[in-house]
Amino acid sequence: MTAILTLTVLVLIAISLWQVAKIFEMSQTTKDNSQVANDHDNDIQGKLMFAFLAFLYILTLYSFWEWGDVLLPKAASEHGSDYDSLMWISFSLIFFVQTITQALLHYFSFKYRGEPGKKALFYADNNRLEAIWTIIPVITLAGLILFGLYTWTNIMTVEENDEALVIELYAQQFNWKARYSGEDGVLGDANVRFLQDFEGKNLVGIDATDPNGLDDVIVQELHLPVGREIIFKMRSQDVLHSAYMPHFRAQMNCVPGMITEFAFTPITTTEDMRRDPEVIAKVKKINKIRVENSKELIANGEEALEPYVFDYILLCNKICGASHYNMQMKIIVETPEEYQQWMNEQETFAQVIQ
Amino acid sequence: MSAVQHNHEEDHGHHHKETFMTKYIFSQDHKMISKQYLITGLFMGIIGIAMSLMFRLQLAWPEKSFGIFEVLLGKWAPDGVMDPNVYLALVTIHGTIMVFFVLTAGLSGTFSNLLIPLQIGARDMASGLLNMISFWLFALSSVIMIISLFVEAGPAAAGWTIYPPLSALAQAQPGSGMGMTLWLVSMAIFVASSLLGSLNYIVTVINLRTKGMSMSRLPLTIWAFFITAIIGVVSFPVLLSAALLLIMDRSFGTSFFLSDIFIQGEVLHYQGGSPVLYEHLFWFLGHPEVYIVLLPALGITSEIIATNSRKPIFGYRAMVASIIAIAFLSTIVWGHHMFISGMNPFLGSVFTFTTLLIAIPSAVKAFNYITTLWKGNLQLNPAMLFSIGLVSTFISGGLTGIILGDSTLDINVHDTYFVVAHFHLVMGISALYGLFAGVYHWFPKMFGKMMNKNLGYVHFWVTAVCAYGVFFPMHFIGMAGLPRRYYTNTAFPYFDDIANINVVITIFALIAGLAQLVFLYNFLHSIFYGKKTEMNPWKSNTMEWTAPVEHMHGNWPGAIPEVHRWAYDYSKPGQEEDWVSQIVPLKDGEEELQH
Repeated sequence: MTAILTLTVLVLIAISLWQVAKIFEMSQTTKDNSQVANDHDNDIQGKLMFAFLAFLYILTLYSFWEWGDVLLPKAASEHGSDYDSLMWISFSLIFFVQTITQALLHYFSFKYRGEPGKKALFYADNNRLEAIWTIIPVITLAGLILFGLYTWTNIMTVEENDEALVIELYAQQFNWKARYSGEDGVLGDANVRFLQDFEGKNLVGIDATDPNGLDDVIVQELHLPVGREIIFKMRSQDVLHSAYMPHFRAQMNCVPGMITEFAFTPITTTEDMRRDPEVIAKVKKINKIRVENSKELIANGEEALEPYVFDYILLCNKICGASHYNMQMKIIVETPEEYQQWMNEQETFAQVIQ
Repeated sequence: MSAVQHNHEEDHGHHHKETFMTKYIFSQDHKMISKQYLITGLFMGIIGIAMSLMFRLQLAWPEKSFGIFEVLLGKWAPDGVMDPNVYLALVTIHGTIMVFFVLTAGLSGTFSNLLIPLQIGARDMASGLLNMISFWLFALSSVIMIISLFVEAGPAAAGWTIYPPLSALAQAQPGSGMGMTLWLVSMAIFVASSLLGSLNYIVTVINLRTKGMSMSRLPLTIWAFFITAIIGVVSFPVLLSAALLLIMDRSFGTSFFLSDIFIQGEVLHYQGGSPVLYEHLFWFLGHPEVYIVLLPALGITSEIIATNSRKPIFGYRAMVASIIAIAFLSTIVWGHHMFISGMNPFLGSVFTFTTLLIAIPSAVKAFNYITTLWKGNLQLNPAMLFSIGLVSTFISGGLTGIILGDSTLDINVHDTYFVVAHFHLVMGISALYGLFAGVYHWFPKMFGKMMNKNLGYVHFWVTAVCAYGVFFPMHFIGMAGLPRRYYTNTAFPYFDDIANINVVITIFALIAGLAQLVFLYNFLHSIFYGKKTEMNPWKSNTMEWTAPVEHMHGNWPGAIPEVHRWAYDYSKPGQEEDWVSQIVPLKDGEEELQH
């Protein structure tokens, strides 16, 4: 029934569009029908070009006013502030260029719109101008490239060291697991061939003959001690996935058949982040929306949505199949003591397979 | 060359009988083939855009029931609620169709075919037969792609980049079965079609220019098509090889891209391959492909902006140089799609460097367009509006490339809606505007009729407002961290506060979709009932407007006119009119511009 209704509506819309088009066409035959822009058209379209510039500016201002608060969540990793400054520098630059060039483009389209008797200026070339708008971008980009490469090298240079905590992120359709290296600080060898060992209890395919693996700990929730460098080793057992942790400005693909890595140092605990005014405002806003949405659910006899509490998240950011949109893991950043306490409660691989 | 030309004339001197089949179906005439490309491209475009509207509905009102889904998707939308696999399939096929079938074949195929012979003064393409085969391979690949929509398990759904293993393993998702096989076959044929077309364009431009048409007198359209064809010949074969290797992995058990896989409770035998290798092969085409899509649009725009500004294009030589620079750079930047793919970070820094360099020729082009408008006498025809619109979206979309091309910044916005906003503006919308501009401008040449300008204005303004309405807000949700290709964002309460932005985007998208119906009406109606055109309605200098309105084999009756000047003598001092056709000899004492 709904199908027929929708089809009817669509057909009606199509017909009305057709009619509007027809009216346009008829209204025009009375005047001039050359279909080439005349002075009147040039005047109107030129003014509309100027109006469009206004539209662009208003759209920009409105978007920042209304949605500015969702841009880049507060950074919670050590390299986050470098990332953010590079972002804001680049952003301000493109914002500036965008404002100027759009203004010139649309203003010229308006200012030089065709008028009766006007003759265009024959102006074909100017090497000095060409040089100016080649050299200015060169200099600006050189700066951006240097700053960018410096930051990139800092972020991506991962050096194994005794202080750092090594964690394996393990991806599969459609969930995440994390493996901690345990007392010895070394992850045991692993391969998908071992996944079927121990009646499926070997969740990430650890090689049970490698002694380094026996004290490894496999969990479904990521706990990170604050202030300590974390080196992530990423694996995937089936298709490509991408471990995306927006608050930590961190992302790396998980590739079957190889181990990829990314490292960062978390600097704010989950508890502290929940007390941040920016986060409090966001949580409040989200909960208001959830209460609204719940009303509808309750009216339909469904359960209300649970109130939202802030947590760091790990998302899958590489298309991986039907439930790609729901492949997530909670990240908890806590004090080293809390972390240690949590770790002590976990079962090692040796205990799991016993 | 004059001997060759002479033979051509003889060939076309006597009229051979044409049947319906040879004239409309298996035509070897470049003008007919161009129309075939355009109409096939528009048809595919309707499918591609309709798909985007469907998944936009799902994104704005997730898991709501829509009657239209029940009608169009049938069993894949039980009770009108879209299935997640179908969502991914729609996204995938939308991307594939728009990038390859509409903006590569539909844009480049149409206008290269129409304009190369007409603007360089040739009777036809170098090989009419290859040209015909090229179109029919394209038609075949379109048909196969459409058939893939109807297979039992659904069409390909691994994203338009079809990264293995997702695309390689039928166990990974339903779309990776028969649907993916057909996708690969369709694309392999598409590549063959594109290569035949490109070779033909290159040979034609090099060999069949009329007397006086030196390379430095070529209109910028031809430069753009010529360079585009070269990039196509260089990069498309690599996609073909990637597709063939993927077919081998899928069907013959090889392990080019696969290793150590456990799926559906089973360890697979693949050893030693790497998905990263596929990414390299894919993007070696994939990135140049962006310019294969964009350069023809920029060429079309250069021509239209100069004509309608009644001014020479500013910096002809710089424009040609920047096309060549962009083309060259486009082949050494593919790695910027792979900063976080797991490849060596040092490579990331190399690709950041080459990628950001592209901003330089792009900036030159943008400023040259703006300067061309300066002190012009702008004739704001619909084609001109779309060309100005193109410059606007090219700037807006291009600028965010500075963020995405920077490996550091890419870490947090990679594969988010920020990317979606960026490439839709800079190549999607820009190239689409190029296509529209071209259709409005050369419709009289193609069909001998004029399109309705007022409908053109309505079409432009609604589209222009909605294009920004759709893609501008996407930058915000992308910066908020929202990944693309998510069926719904409701699984993360964290994203609840951007749900309303998705509603805004979808509303703009729906209106934009409706506006395209205005274009479609105008297009179809004008073919049959449009006002008859004069020979040169836009008072343009290029050679196609010296050919008779009624199409004929060989394009010009009698000898092909000789060319005496470049294409941009608009408002030249000392001339009575504000245009001088390329075939008009220099007056006594008139100097040709040293460009």
